[in-house]
Amino acid sequence: MSLGTAATLIAARVIDKTYATQAGDDVVALARVSFDVARGEFVTVVGPSGCGKSTLLKILAGILRRSSGELTLGGRPVDGPSRDIGVVFQAPVLLPWRTVMQNVLLPIDIQRQPRRAHEERARALVRMVGLDGFENKYPGELSGGMQQRVGIARALVHDPSLLLMDEPFGALDAMTRESMNLELLRIWGESRKTVMLVTHSIPEAVFLADRVIVMSPRPGRISEIIDVDLPRPRSLEMINSAPFGVHVAAIRRHFQSLGALDA
Amino acid sequence: MSARGGTTRRTEIGLSILLFIVFVGGWEAAVRVFAVPAIVVPAPSAVMRALVAGLASGELVSHFWVTFAEVILGFVAGAGGGFAIGVMVGLFPLLERTVYPYVVAFQTLPKVAIAPIIVIWFGYGMTSKVVITATIAFFPVLANTIVGLRAVPREQVELMVAFTASRWQVFMMARLPQALPYVFVGLDIAIVLSVIGAIVGEFVGAQAGLGYLILQRNFHMDMAGVFAILIILSLMGIGLHLLVNAIQRRVVFWIDSAHDKVMGA
Repeated sequence: MSLGTAATLIAARVIDKTYATQAGDDVVALARVSFDVARGEFVTVVGPSGCGKSTLLKILAGILRRSSGELTLGGRPVDGPSRDIGVVFQAPVLLPWRTVMQNVLLPIDIQRQPRRAHEERARALVRMVGLDGFENKYPGELSGGMQQRVGIARALVHDPSLLLMDEPFGALDAMTRESMNLELLRIWGESRKTVMLVTHSIPEAVFLADRVIVMSPRPGRISEIIDVDLPRPRSLEMINSAPFGVHVAAIRRHFQSLGALDA
Repeated sequence: MSARGGTTRRTEIGLSILLFIVFVGGWEAAVRVFAVPAIVVPAPSAVMRALVAGLASGELVSHFWVTFAEVILGFVAGAGGGFAIGVMVGLFPLLERTVYPYVVAFQTLPKVAIAPIIVIWFGYGMTSKVVITATIAFFPVLANTIVGLRAVPREQVELMVAFTASRWQVFMMARLPQALPYVFVGLDIAIVLSVIGAIVGEFVGAQAGLGYLILQRNFHMDMAGVFAILIILSLMGIGLHLLVNAIQRRVVFWIDSAHDKVMGA
């Protein structure tokens, strides 16, 4: 089985996800979701809460089973978590008894690889996320934004080809969030990973992405995939540019027509 | 912050000592002024004399070691068993539904009520006291271990699983360390209860120990002597509590309770 081309990293074909509730009836979380993500691409998934975007990401991460449909990662069917994936959630979920370095090295410990062989890389990642000098601090000594950066370094330490991010900056204040967005783009530019990021912020989705997957709720399905043709590297000034505004307005109109937004 | 904190701390300690002096002084004065008989309430000075005499003769010391050994052995056995079974319940949820109800049923039995049976089964020596202490120290550690092992946020587990962690790795790397602060809450309760357990055991039937000595002195109406033992018992309890706290600060160093204190609360 081969879906997509050689440049395709993720190929999803008519993925459904149905939850059985305790009352006995089924809730459809995802319906007929199909898309491709090319290697090195930055794709964002945007939609109101309850549209199944987190469910989709968990299925991609292999921690949630799809009910039906085909899903391949690098040509191989997804049937569980993969070492080739790094994940970042909304909460940093660092282990409070581990230092920054030890937290970053968690995937290495889990994969039972020698820490020593990866310490250099971990140190470089800590520098890359701007936490130089914080290597031996504990999470309790860091701000929320710094903790989330540790989470990003942790997701990259085992050099996965795919980075899955579920509202990674959702808990941060607006200003920290903007600078984290820029930082993420810089990291993406340096590491050339494939990134799939879920957000409920339309401007964030447009600002980061090569393509925006727009989802609508009940049942969660893809209603549109938008190419974002803004030039790179991107800067915060672009948020005020006309093309940026056009994309944001188009997605917002889309949600309004679905009655998914009150704005 | 530290300077102000230091001043506040010193003031608190000063106030605390002052309170003690006022209390003891008032007690001494009341006993003298109202000529309270020594077999009802002994004066603090009489208690001190009994304490010094008991320590000098070695009587208090030898009985102290008996009780202390019972407390420590019972605590280690009970807390160790509670922790081990708590971990088993955490690893195998089936146990929680099948075995745990019986454990709770056992816990509802007042240990004082079964102490005479334990003395008959294990004799008048130290063993029966250790067993009674263990049954009392067991449950707080068990219950807190079980709660602690459930305290890991769901997202933490999902994240580790996404990084290909096995069930065992999630347990060892996240759930067990996360449970430790809860385990220490259980240990702190258990160590204080252990002192009670040993004394209760000695009351029911013993040949040595501070509880045994209390009964003896009570029988001889030696109230000052009894109060002297109470002082030693409370010092033992405080000392063990502080020891558990010191170990806790070392082991679960990431929980800094002073750090999280809400201003003005």
